[in-house]
Amino acid sequence: MDLSVSIGSLTLANPLIAASGCFGYGVEYADVVDLSTLGGVAVKGLFLAEREGHPPPRIVETPAGMLNAIGLQGIGVHRFVREKLPELRDRRAVVFVNICGTTVDEYCEIARILSDHEGVAAIELNISCPNIKEGGITFGCDLNGTHNVVSAVRKVTPLPVIPKLTPNVTNVASFARAAEAAGADAVSLVNTFLAMAIDVHTRRPKLTNIVGGLSGPAIRPIAVRMVYECRQAVKLPIIGMGGIMTADDVLEFMIAGATAVQVGTANFVDPFIWKKILDGLRDYMTSHNIERLSSMTGTIDTTKRETAWISS
Amino acid sequence: MPIDVDATVIANTRLSDDYSVLALEAPDVASLAEPGQFVMIKPSAGVDPLLRRPFSIFEILRDANGSPTGISLLNKRIGIGTALLYEATPGSRLGCLGPLGRPFEPVSPPAEAWMVAGGVGLAPFVTLSEALSARGTKSRLFYGARKSSDLTHVDLFERLGVEAVLATEDGSRGMHGFVTAALEAALRATPQSQEIRLYACGPTPMMRAVAKLAAAHGRRCDVSLEQVMGCGLGGCYSCVVLTHTGGGAPHFVRSCIDGPVFDATRILWDALVH
Repeated sequence: MDLSVSIGSLTLANPLIAASGCFGYGVEYADVVDLSTLGGVAVKGLFLAEREGHPPPRIVETPAGMLNAIGLQGIGVHRFVREKLPELRDRRAVVFVNICGTTVDEYCEIARILSDHEGVAAIELNISCPNIKEGGITFGCDLNGTHNVVSAVRKVTPLPVIPKLTPNVTNVASFARAAEAAGADAVSLVNTFLAMAIDVHTRRPKLTNIVGGLSGPAIRPIAVRMVYECRQAVKLPIIGMGGIMTADDVLEFMIAGATAVQVGTANFVDPFIWKKILDGLRDYMTSHNIERLSSMTGTIDTTKRETAWISS
Repeated sequence: MPIDVDATVIANTRLSDDYSVLALEAPDVASLAEPGQFVMIKPSAGVDPLLRRPFSIFEILRDANGSPTGISLLNKRIGIGTALLYEATPGSRLGCLGPLGRPFEPVSPPAEAWMVAGGVGLAPFVTLSEALSARGTKSRLFYGARKSSDLTHVDLFERLGVEAVLATEDGSRGMHGFVTAALEAALRATPQSQEIRLYACGPTPMMRAVAKLAAAHGRRCDVSLEQVMGCGLGGCYSCVVLTHTGGGAPHFVRSCIDGPVFDATRILWDALVH
């Protein structure tokens, strides 16, 4: 039984990657999960400099989901390579470093620094954070901006470059195409959906930032649809995410076209979820006689419609 | 290292229309717990509500031989999750992740321990009182609530040798007014030569007032802060509190792993949400 998947030149032991922003810098979770057993660990988004983020409340629960507006609090790339990367390397984690910038130059500078250090497997370009005013999403909501930042970072690093796309656009597939044309090695999608929650008694927003990003099972069907659309638009590997809680959810994304997946909000609810999902994937492979999990990617059968669920 | 157990509800004792004590079978969590630590409870099995809620470990439950068998939680019905827990029936199961967080440091004699609790903020002080009692530390509990029926488990503290000083806002039991007035009187009456450590948990305005009194009387005060918390393990960065950094710009730290117990002088009280 082979659970491994390939993202360009990178081979992952399995398709499960801890999603950026949902797993600290990885080291926080070393007590509860052997980091080397994960396909990868996408660490919290890093700017060049340290950032404090937004004042709390930073999260609020919503039906089958949550909003967050953390504001990318972080230690900056310099402290990351000094204080966190050695431990991640010792623990044999496959490290995806999520990077953010207010300018193309900042993205390139961070990518250069990371390229000079051992233990970084890939760079995920955060061009999709909905919670900060400057940078990030301004690249992710503009086709030229996406192309420019991806091609610039592509030129300064030998590491795989994986832009993380926002769902807050009319047509995500066009952004996947822009990323592919600019030389990306893969795309990850989706980041959170811009959303808000209001207290009807006081008429006040529940988050300090007023708006925040919606994640969790509530967004999963939309994310699956977006992966499916991107699969048809590009040849690049897709790392799919959005509300994955179970092995079935992973399989749904893979069948829609994802090569690997990220698990985020579910890790908050259950930090021991990784083994449960991997066991579920193995059970599925046994019962469906699947030898290689990677053979599931993009195997959706649209020639027929499933109806068995109707009586469920 | 925290563990996650599918804990069976042993009992759910209603104290009032809002408060209940939920007893959970969780021997492994109970035997690892230190004073003032917390657990993350999943109030329902499904995805709505989705997240766990932080709860101080209220009591360590033990069998006849004294071996830990479980924990109890002091629950106050406020929102969706706490309402589900108020209604939880014996035999049902709840996800229980823990123990988590930086514990209280119990002081030893000749120092005295003065605990200051407001309402549901009583929760972390049973485990602290047990640790203080084991050390033979002279302890007091300043315990305030809105009304008499909100004061609970006072006898439990008294059995542990803790002197209880009670206050209610409506005057229905103990001193009439805020518990901080009783604390201030006691601080004034105690010579500086007597070392005292204050421990506070309750509504933010109360903790802030306690911190101010402690500073005015030159006493160390540790506060246990309750913040909106997503994961309990340092992953989500939602439970942050703004802290002084000794000259530098204030810094947000995670109350789940850097707290929930903080030296009160670290906290920027103006920035704290309440």
